Amino acid sequence: MSAKKYDAGVKEYRSTYWEPDYKVKDSDVLAVFKVIPQPGVDREEAAAAVAAESSTGTWTTVWTDLLTDLDYYKGRAYAIEDVPGSDDAFYAFIAYPMDLFEEGSVVNVFTSIVGNVFGFKAVRSLRLEDVRFPLWFVMTCFGPPHGIQVERDKLDKYGRPMLGCTIKPKLGLSAKNYGRAVYECLRGGLDFTKDDENVNSQPFMRWRDRFDFCQEAIEKAEIETGERKGHYMNVTAPTMEEVYKRAEYAKEIGTPIIMSDYLTLGWAAHNSLSKWCRDNGLLLHVHRAMHAVMDRNPNHGINFRVLTKLLRLLGGDHLHSGTVVGKLEGDREATLGWIDLMRDRYIKEDRSRGIFFDQDWGGMPGLFPVASGGIHVWHMPALVSIFGNDSVLQFGGGTLGHPWGNAAGAAANRVALEACVQARNEGREIEKEGKDILIAAAQHSPELKIAMETWKEIKFEFDTVDKLDTQHR
Amino acid sequence: MSKVQDYNSRLSDPASRKMGTFSYLPPMDDAQIRKQVEWIVKHGWNPAIEHTEPEYAMSNFWYMWKLPMFGETDVDVILAELKACHEANPDNHVRLIGYNNFSQSQGANMVVYRGTPV
Repeated sequence: MSAKKYDAGVKEYRSTYWEPDYKVKDSDVLAVFKVIPQPGVDREEAAAAVAAESSTGTWTTVWTDLLTDLDYYKGRAYAIEDVPGSDDAFYAFIAYPMDLFEEGSVVNVFTSIVGNVFGFKAVRSLRLEDVRFPLWFVMTCFGPPHGIQVERDKLDKYGRPMLGCTIKPKLGLSAKNYGRAVYECLRGGLDFTKDDENVNSQPFMRWRDRFDFCQEAIEKAEIETGERKGHYMNVTAPTMEEVYKRAEYAKEIGTPIIMSDYLTLGWAAHNSLSKWCRDNGLLLHVHRAMHAVMDRNPNHGINFRVLTKLLRLLGGDHLHSGTVVGKLEGDREATLGWIDLMRDRYIKEDRSRGIFFDQDWGGMPGLFPVASGGIHVWHMPALVSIFGNDSVLQFGGGTLGHPWGNAAGAAANRVALEACVQARNEGREIEKEGKDILIAAAQHSPELKIAMETWKEIKFEFDTVDKLDTQHR
Repeated sequence: MSKVQDYNSRLSDPASRKMGTFSYLPPMDDAQIRKQVEWIVKHGWNPAIEHTEPEYAMSNFWYMWKLPMFGETDVDVILAELKACHEANPDNHVRLIGYNNFSQSQGANMVVYRGTPV
């Protein structure tokens, strides 16, 4: 569009799409964008342009606009706020009426509200920080195939976080060697092991062989330990026919849980798989490969709390959340915000955690946040304190890297976890007293003692890139 | 390699069987059990006691000891029931449950008296 037309268009946007007196309705989808406009474009104009371009508007008036009543369909920019700590950016709050969206279609909502607008020239950058889904929309979506309560009952695990481990090296093991690594972890006391995100069906390990050996590992470890076990069998595949084929086989051999990568698999495909999981009684672990492409830049993209809500709507029983303390990016307060969004029934607006709207999930079950990446026994007190019981803590290198092997590594993690949970229940402040708790527990666990010596000095203290917006960032 | 310690778990050794939360820690003494009961009471969960023969521990349904103690907040009463169940079933696993009726799940579940491995 030419500069002249663009100016004319901006005037148009403001007159139609900026309504500071608008009273939001319970049925509206609400969104907050962080906007940095191009120089010379003022805030109201930029906000109105975002509202227009993410709903009904185009750059010029068309005669067919007059054949309908756009009040039922147009997005409205209804508020603008400063972004703490930034001179350029502001928050634009936009309300979208319910008539704009197809019931139960996360795909439709996002095609609309983040569809074209992110490439729009009048804004320099744009980030979708939060979305409030009205209850009518939540209840027309599918949600987690089982949810926290059902998973605990199916696996008979209560009163503590669950423990997992991603098998490494993530690529290159034969199916039988891979199954060996799984067996060792599970017999040592882990609840789960996990395929890594890019373990699909490569020439060195085809999916069926992996499923067979891992299932034998699960079954033997269950008899040996008397506890229920699972391995997240990754059914992510190039086509849906292939996804279903692998899922059907996983069901046939009696495995309890499969996994998918919801961003690379695609949202519609993931939604279908999630439905399949509820129909067939398999739990669904969800990995978030590719998320940082969208959520890491503080000024452009989609905040992970939005991707979290989206996944709860699409369905999943587990979702990776970041660890706060491990090797991967994650601000503590922001992470606490989105783990609440995964688990709770009603989440109140809380700017200190980056939550802009009240969110009511109605009767939709919650799911387990999964903390995975660069964590080891020394992190256990902090992890139990941050994540609480309804979580899965995954120690990859922190299990497999144990000097005595996976079973010992698993036992070390299990002892450390139970010691922290026991101490917490006794009323102790486990983050403060973590060292004493672990040292005491190690007196009856040589596996934990060696683990503590091995990883004593390993910390990941790099500053977080995607921080919450505060005055002193 | 001489420094590497073997992980001593066997299908053939009943002592290798675990039984959920806290089974990787040493058995709790009376003072420790009391603190766990206090944790349940503090949350307003309903205490309950179940037991089973160790060979059937994988079942979802252990034997209920009487009925869940709905609304019971007296820690000594709960501890006395645990002891009574244990004395009546000395070879069985006895577990303490805290039913959370808000989440419709068990907020706590732990074996407090371990049965005789078979």
